[in-house]
Amino acid sequence: MTQTSAPPEGARRADVRQGTRLRQAVGTIGGQNLSLVIALVAVLALFGSLNSDYLGWSNIQVMAQSATVVGLLALVQTVVIVCGALDISTGSQAGLTSVVSAMAFTSAGGNAMAGIGAALAVGVACGVVNGLIIVYGRVNPVIATLATLAAFKGVAQLISDGSAQGYVLGDDIFIFIGRGKIAGVPVLMWILLAVAIAVHILLKYTDVGRNIYAIGGNDTAARLAGIDINKYLISVYALAGLVAAVAGIILTARTGSGQPTSGSEGLELKAITAAALGGCALKGGRGGVGGTLLAVALLGALDNGLTVQGVNSFWQNVAQGTLLVCAVVIQQRRSGERPVGLPT
Amino acid sequence: MTSETGTPLLELQRINKSFGAVHVLHDVDFTVHPGQVTALVGDNGAGKSTLIKCVAGIYPADSGTIVFEGAPVTVNSPRDAAALGIEVVYQDLALSDNLDVAQNMFLGRERKRKYRLPLLQKLLPRTLDEAAMEEAARETLARLSVRTVASVRQQVASLSGGQRQTVAIAKAVLWESKVVILDEPTAALGVAQTEQVLALVRRLAEAGHGVVLISHNMNDVFEVADRITALYLGRVAADVKASDVSRSQVVELITAGRSGDLGLAPSTAAESI
Repeated sequence: MTQTSAPPEGARRADVRQGTRLRQAVGTIGGQNLSLVIALVAVLALFGSLNSDYLGWSNIQVMAQSATVVGLLALVQTVVIVCGALDISTGSQAGLTSVVSAMAFTSAGGNAMAGIGAALAVGVACGVVNGLIIVYGRVNPVIATLATLAAFKGVAQLISDGSAQGYVLGDDIFIFIGRGKIAGVPVLMWILLAVAIAVHILLKYTDVGRNIYAIGGNDTAARLAGIDINKYLISVYALAGLVAAVAGIILTARTGSGQPTSGSEGLELKAITAAALGGCALKGGRGGVGGTLLAVALLGALDNGLTVQGVNSFWQNVAQGTLLVCAVVIQQRRSGERPVGLPT
Repeated sequence: MTSETGTPLLELQRINKSFGAVHVLHDVDFTVHPGQVTALVGDNGAGKSTLIKCVAGIYPADSGTIVFEGAPVTVNSPRDAAALGIEVVYQDLALSDNLDVAQNMFLGRERKRKYRLPLLQKLLPRTLDEAAMEEAARETLARLSVRTVASVRQQVASLSGGQRQTVAIAKAVLWESKVVILDEPTAALGVAQTEQVLALVRRLAEAGHGVVLISHNMNDVFEVADRITALYLGRVAADVKASDVSRSQVVELITAGRSGDLGLAPSTAAESI
């Protein structure tokens, strides 16, 4: 080593300094987020060069609107996953609350607030049911929410008789939610933004968020620190239900009626995909709003780009799956885990 | 039996605890004095951890009294124990790997920012005061003369075993705790790290804390302990000054429950088996 001509001391030190500065910059953004930004820019550049309308404001609004529902579910999924749990039932919850919002709206004689209120209440109730099954039934979160995924969907189909319910687009509030704009930006985007900011503040700037990370990182340590883990888990699932209800209301407003399954089926997997792509470790304790939003944007841009290019929509699923596997493989490579047995 | 003067910080009187048919603690008396390191020794299954968990509020004792600073108290949860000023540093350290040093030290008791206007105080949710927590964490480490932890913003996952132990102990001290209970603090450490941690344990006692050291390691015990309480199959075999006994006597107390004229009566020791 000493035989080979080493670069002069000063130059090497400068190299090191530059290296650390770069690392610091990466550190603040986060390596995961940086690669998402690069991927997003690449996707936008690719489709933008193929189709000049792709990056137009009207298409970006379309992208954002179709990504809103997934985005909302992905944001709460992030909170659930940071806890070390998982909620597979969010798609069914959105479907159920969509039906409930339209039916309550109709039966209250066209009162939008009644529809929205009923949907939110049902969403919270669904979440609390999930939480109670997991905490007091001692059922693994994946199994418990897999069960409620089926059950909530069944309830939605039962009360709606399997078909779309009600018609809400005669109501100003629903029209405003679905089609309205504030300052030229669709209301849907404002809703997503508001929820994202709220979740971000919750996770990063409050003791509640800190405790959620602690529960995901080491639940024994959290319990010994006096954190009431049961209360937290049930509350987190209730929050997931609440936001799923917001997504359900948006579904109703967008389609004009309560949809038991169409529009909401498969959303849970998209939400989990986005959260995982955004850097949430499924074992808990890691992840954040920034990464999840970037992942939602990436998935939305990819979906939209493939559609604009007229690619068979089945390819979108393939692309999404491939992206997820690549992202997690890269994530695991970076963590330097040895390839032995089941991954952690 | 004790030659100590003044009120003990913590006094356990006739503590009993069973798990189903297994009687783990039999009428255990245990005393902690301020400014002293009391070693709690005993073989595996002697009831050391159970006794500590009764004090820490993890599970309540079946019978017996806990007297803290001269007054009887009830401890039903870790928060009760913490409110009294009893902090436990568990063997598995109970640190969250994904949080940094300061975040771990304040886990469950985060400091929050105060708003200037009382109205805002009521309306807005209070956010975390990271700067104050970071400062307090740094001060605590400095007070304990800890030089091994470079930054309180380091993730705990990146720390060595000794550093983690140091953080766990500093976490306990941060809370103006009066009694600090350390469960096997050196079990997983190398020689140099063990020395650092033992020095830290000694400093805790010198700062006036009542320190309880649970250990299997006679070297550690004799290096830092003022008093030694030996448990044998759920009974107190002896409660002695460290300077009054030899290592071999303590080992005998641990393994046989008695040593010469110290320890349990032969009949009691035999019956316990």
